[in-house]
Amino acid sequence: MSDAPRSVFPHRHLLGIEGLSPLDIQALLDLADEQVEVSRQIEKRKTTLRGRTQINLFFEPSTRTQSSFEIAGKRLGADVMNMQVASSSVKKGETLIDTAATLNAMRPDIIVVRHHAAGAVHLLAQKVDCSVVNAGDGTHEHPTQALLDALTIRRNKGRIEGLTVAICGDILHSRVARSNMILLAAMGARVRLVAPSTLLPPGIARLGFETFTSMEKGLKDADIVMMLRLQHERMNGSFVPSLKEYFRFYGLDQEKLSFAKPDALVMHPGPMNRGVEISSDVADGAQSLIREQVEMGVAVRMAVLEALASHLPNR
Amino acid sequence: MTPADRPILLKNARLIDPAGDREERGGVLVRGGVIQAVGPQVTQAADARVIDCMGQVLSPGLIDMRAFIGEPGGPYRETLKSAGEAAAAGGVTTVVSMPDTIPALDDPAVIDFIVRRARDTSVVNIRPAAALTKGLQGVEMAEIGRLKEAGAIAFTDGARSVTNAQVMRRALTYARDFDALIIHHVEDPDLVGQGVMNEGEFSSRLGLPGIPREAETVMLERDIRLVRLTGGRYHAAMISCADSAEIVRAAKARGLPVTCGVSINHLALNENDIGDYRTFLKLSPPLRHEDDRQAMIEALADGTIDVIVSDHNPQDVENKRLPFAEAANGAVGLETLLSAALRLVHADRISLPRLLRALSTKPAEILGLPGGRLTIGAPADLIVFDPDAPYVLDKRQLKSLSKNSPFDEARLEGQVTLTMVGGRIVFNRDTV
Repeated sequence: MSDAPRSVFPHRHLLGIEGLSPLDIQALLDLADEQVEVSRQIEKRKTTLRGRTQINLFFEPSTRTQSSFEIAGKRLGADVMNMQVASSSVKKGETLIDTAATLNAMRPDIIVVRHHAAGAVHLLAQKVDCSVVNAGDGTHEHPTQALLDALTIRRNKGRIEGLTVAICGDILHSRVARSNMILLAAMGARVRLVAPSTLLPPGIARLGFETFTSMEKGLKDADIVMMLRLQHERMNGSFVPSLKEYFRFYGLDQEKLSFAKPDALVMHPGPMNRGVEISSDVADGAQSLIREQVEMGVAVRMAVLEALASHLPNR
Repeated sequence: MTPADRPILLKNARLIDPAGDREERGGVLVRGGVIQAVGPQVTQAADARVIDCMGQVLSPGLIDMRAFIGEPGGPYRETLKSAGEAAAAGGVTTVVSMPDTIPALDDPAVIDFIVRRARDTSVVNIRPAAALTKGLQGVEMAEIGRLKEAGAIAFTDGARSVTNAQVMRRALTYARDFDALIIHHVEDPDLVGQGVMNEGEFSSRLGLPGIPREAETVMLERDIRLVRLTGGRYHAAMISCADSAEIVRAAKARGLPVTCGVSINHLALNENDIGDYRTFLKLSPPLRHEDDRQAMIEALADGTIDVIVSDHNPQDVENKRLPFAEAANGAVGLETLLSAALRLVHADRISLPRLLRALSTKPAEILGLPGGRLTIGAPADLIVFDPDAPYVLDKRQLKSLSKNSPFDEARLEGQVTLTMVGGRIVFNRDTV
């Protein structure tokens, strides 16, 4: 197998889905399909990033995204270093730029960044010479999540175009929702947003997305039901009255799922609040793709790192 | 066939249907709890019990959007049963009860309790309004969806205002998804401060701290801006001053989903009635200047004010026999609502159909109830009354457990003779 970097991907960074063309997305998904096969072999190690240094810089705690990027980098042969930065102890603007400059001096090839502030990853990308991958910035974007969701959908439905995808839950605070909305719309899916009005971003309907405040109406004839995580601090009376009420009206259970198409598939970016946004029987049921999403996460991240390989510094 | 199931013919009445502004001689045939026939042609029915109304007015029963009932938590002040009897005697067939109980009506289980308890003990319809925020604290939104499913007809923090604009904004936004009505007491507690009556010359004379009209108008303006932002359905529980009427008028002209009420006390009384520190006239909002009262009457007549409420608030003697500033707010009003309101008709300030519209049709529309109209199929929640019958109110005759009426010993004209709820006669003055 040839491990030569491909130059199909014209961008130096992956900061968001916004700015990617449908062809870019297509290319990444095709590449990711190959990585799925690699990851299922005994010998998973490739040499694309041999000798390269990848830093996972996480200003926000994360288990699955960070380990997924770590595994992806290692399977491509990179030296991967994880940096957990306690963000509350220091002034954020200063820290970010200082940290960027410090890390840059160590001549990394790729930095994978998660930060609690929208736009922070863009700022960091301006300050370093290497490639930067956005692993989630505030409530802005989480591009690799959207790509892995798209890959999961495409492998199960054979296409994205023409599908009706209902994204449900805390859309207001979700970077996953934002990236998915942009990607799915770019790939020709019909995107619906289903949430109580308090959790819908203002003016979102004017951006061309259909919005619903009722699960029954929003899920009607949907091919994909994509649930979002509700943060604990939003549950009690601020955005929604209570966990019980949220589950009653917006939690995905078998009854609400029955409004979607019979062959509808259920997704969730994790980690799940069972009994809040999704019931256990749906999460673990036959229509659930939640475990498969995790596997696709590694493949997509391998694809992204590989696509960026031709743009890396230190050549 | 139980007596409740037997058809009743109310004949020889002056029919007033405020929904259609219709007034004519005729009768109403009630069968199965609903109006089966209505009009001049309704003069006999073979199997019905016949009641001759002797030319008195027959209209839809009154719907009172604001009453405080002491159950649960204060049964010595009022129970669902005693409130029901008071309402029936006053011609009120549906009462919206406020959530200011102990515990507050912020839990679906408590709403369920009220609904069942009212059904078992009250002779009139009692529809609970649930708390808008948990514990009426104005901090966390209550479970609007589940409470509505349990039977809450509207959402309000009762006698309290939600001061946090963000909480109000989110509540209006969230409530809209459930088509839930938010009723708000518009009185900024910080501007009220220590105030106990209308701020002005009279409060200065009595040496009592005053409440400026701006306590009301500032809150009302804020709310209307938030309605414009969110599109939530909003009802200002009671307005009391001329500026507030202007604010509501402007909001309606803009097409906002805004309605408002006025208490019977603010239509019938003014701050001077406090006279010698009469604590039964200590109210929230406070009784205002005569000019404000006149503005309330005009706003009612031109439709700016949608509904009249009793603001029935039973208080026992211990809470009222105190220096004015220390006494509790509130007055009972279910039994005198119609009589006191008829003063406006006798003074030629408003027509009788228009008055009844504000007391029945409009509240029904705002609350989404089927009553408030004399049409076939409507629930047989009806009253018969003589609009001219004079009497002097004796508070000892009140059916309410609390006797804090501001109309004690007042001369009133107009008395209910018969009240029917769901086809059942629940009050009949001839047999009292």
